[in-house]
Amino acid sequence: MRENLHRFFRAARGAGVHVSPAESIDAMRAVAQVGLSDRAVLRDALLLTLAKSQDEKLALGDCFDLFFSQPEPRQDQAEANSEDDASQDPDQSPSSGAASEAGDSQPPEGLGSLAQMLLSQDRNAVAAAIASASGAASLSDIRYSTQRGIFSSRILDAMGLQRLRDDLDALTATNPALAERLRTALDALREAVRDTVSQGLALYAREEAENLRNEILRNAPLARIERRQVAEMRALIRQIARRLRERYSKPRKRQRRGHLDVRRTLRRNAAWGGIPFLTAWKRKHRDRPKIVALCDVSGSVAQVSDFFLLLIHSLHEVVDDVRSFAFSSHMIEVSDILEKKSPEEAMAEIMSKVGFGSSDYGSSLVDFEKDFMSALTPRTTVIVLGDARSNNLDPRADILRRISERSKRLVWLNPEGRLAWGFGDSEMPRYATFCTVVRQCATAQQLERAVSDIVATYQ
Amino acid sequence: MADQKASTSIEAVQSGLAAQGYIASRQIATAVYLSQQIEKPILVEGPAGVGKTELAKAIAAWRGMKMIRLQCYEGLDEAKALYEWKYAKQLLYTQILKDKLGEVLGGAQTLHAALAQLHDFGDVFFSKEFVEPRPLLQALEQPGGCVLLIDEIDKSDAEFESLLLEILSDFQVTIPELGTVSAITPPTVILTSNSERDLGDALKRRCLHLHIGFPEQRLEERIVESRVPGISQALRRQMVGFIHEIRSLDLKKLPSVSETIDWARVLVLLQATELDTEIVKDTLNVLLKYEADIEAASPQVTTFIAKAARSNVFG
Repeated sequence: MRENLHRFFRAARGAGVHVSPAESIDAMRAVAQVGLSDRAVLRDALLLTLAKSQDEKLALGDCFDLFFSQPEPRQDQAEANSEDDASQDPDQSPSSGAASEAGDSQPPEGLGSLAQMLLSQDRNAVAAAIASASGAASLSDIRYSTQRGIFSSRILDAMGLQRLRDDLDALTATNPALAERLRTALDALREAVRDTVSQGLALYAREEAENLRNEILRNAPLARIERRQVAEMRALIRQIARRLRERYSKPRKRQRRGHLDVRRTLRRNAAWGGIPFLTAWKRKHRDRPKIVALCDVSGSVAQVSDFFLLLIHSLHEVVDDVRSFAFSSHMIEVSDILEKKSPEEAMAEIMSKVGFGSSDYGSSLVDFEKDFMSALTPRTTVIVLGDARSNNLDPRADILRRISERSKRLVWLNPEGRLAWGFGDSEMPRYATFCTVVRQCATAQQLERAVSDIVATYQ
Repeated sequence: MADQKASTSIEAVQSGLAAQGYIASRQIATAVYLSQQIEKPILVEGPAGVGKTELAKAIAAWRGMKMIRLQCYEGLDEAKALYEWKYAKQLLYTQILKDKLGEVLGGAQTLHAALAQLHDFGDVFFSKEFVEPRPLLQALEQPGGCVLLIDEIDKSDAEFESLLLEILSDFQVTIPELGTVSAITPPTVILTSNSERDLGDALKRRCLHLHIGFPEQRLEERIVESRVPGISQALRRQMVGFIHEIRSLDLKKLPSVSETIDWARVLVLLQATELDTEIVKDTLNVLLKYEADIEAASPQVTTFIAKAARSNVFG
């Protein structure tokens, strides 16, 4: 049982529940207290000790049901099996008689243990054999669905398939009826093993598969992402946002010793007639980021802007103040829409208001200067997200210069690769002269780095 | 055999709590049983008013132990939760003992000798007599054990959590001047949280995690039965059914068990025999705490009463 519990902990980790060694020890102690006879109580006990939030409880509950339902399908299998045999029996009544006779006289014939087990239809023994063989083949190491074949054959090998084949060959010559029976039993066994492996895959491989998928997703170009992946990408962006929040939400206390704060020292020591018993030192004052984001939502860049806005607006704890503006041919403020609505609805509304036009950076910048220039303070970081393709219209780089002068930093994120900058109608080189930083930002990973760097400059 | 014992003990917990008027589900009873057996605190999470605090009270009453309660709030610190030095008493004693000190030190010839003698007395003023125990330390000092309720831990600061870690895992606290104080009998610790903020992993790791949600209809009926004995069975069913319908709405604050009980009391006071639209609309403010919620719910009242009545017939 100890072994089983350990495997369950692994399965739980696969299901995304963080089970630390200390927690597994607690779970062991709890199980020792409540015993194993009552499955519902066992489930409660494991849920109490291992899961630490409501989501984890749900995940672990599912995992528990999957894990401990494992023996059942195999039994059904065996049952179907025996029924098959039973249905075969009437038409082959003489041979089945012979078979049972042969069954009695098997040991002298020297059949392998697996063959004997299958012929005697000992369900529990077969189930136990599969379980121990999957232990020997370390099924809990399975990671990818492509490994199913190799694990199936490993398990079968461990159960003594080779010996069974020899027996089959020998029997085909001497006792064809028995050989036929053995063959159907073997097919059933293969199926049962395949089920076991699939179950194992569902139990143990989830985490790894998810990691792999996320890794691929992180490096996929945001602009060309498939529709069905959008939801996954949103989840990934949320995860990134959480990571950034955790990293930057708590400003570390950094005291700058060395500079005496004369005013505060005098005030603090007023009680002693100004004799400085207690000294006060100047502290470095750090502000939280104020961000103004200008996002191009014309055709090619819209998807990237969508994810970028989602990320920026999930950073409440880290970022003091975000104002977002969207533009293609003219510019509007979208902060309210993003705050109030769900990401999907918000993006749909933004697109219906300003999206799908051909982009005109010049007139959008004019709009910004006219209406929103007051949003900029010397502490603001301005982030422009766009491909700087202005359809050969006047880029109005002079406005960008004024924006740059009024703000702390001006960061330009461009979803296009560096190679494409400056070719065709791209105005990137002209804009780049006024930017503090210009970087490519096409994948989730680059997005994370860019935002992380922006926030880090305030720390 | 151990299994047999466990399931009967879990039932014993259930009936013990029931005797105190707390109807516990099996999960809750298992958690209480396990926390006793493997000496771990229980962290109870769930919406407001489902009986998180009541659970601690019921356990204390059932075991006949004292309950010590620490209400958490922002800014709660060591001095208010753990212990404090009685500064005034220390000062007073030094004043009173001034002459005595002079006498003792008078014999010393040099400053060094006086200092050496003073060192021997220094610890007198930082001894057990000058410690003012706060709830956490009090809980450790109870000879017969106690139930320590740390209420609404999510309201406290993240730093306070770290302060709790030592007490939760080893049932001891370290006071620099005195050394480590271990519990005479490990207290039963219950922490409650409304999930206002996420608690640290270190804290969660040290606890059994129990989530109490809204109870099932049957269980809630039993809870009402034990808390408001005067209510008729038909009305009880009807009102609990109605509340379950209300909980399916998207409201700011869903009515929880405490509201159910309040409402049952109100209905008994008004001598209602069955639910009708009039009486429900008049008393909806007992159930719902926001004007917007009441507005959202009132058009549905008639349908909900009908539904509750129907389920009553079949259930």
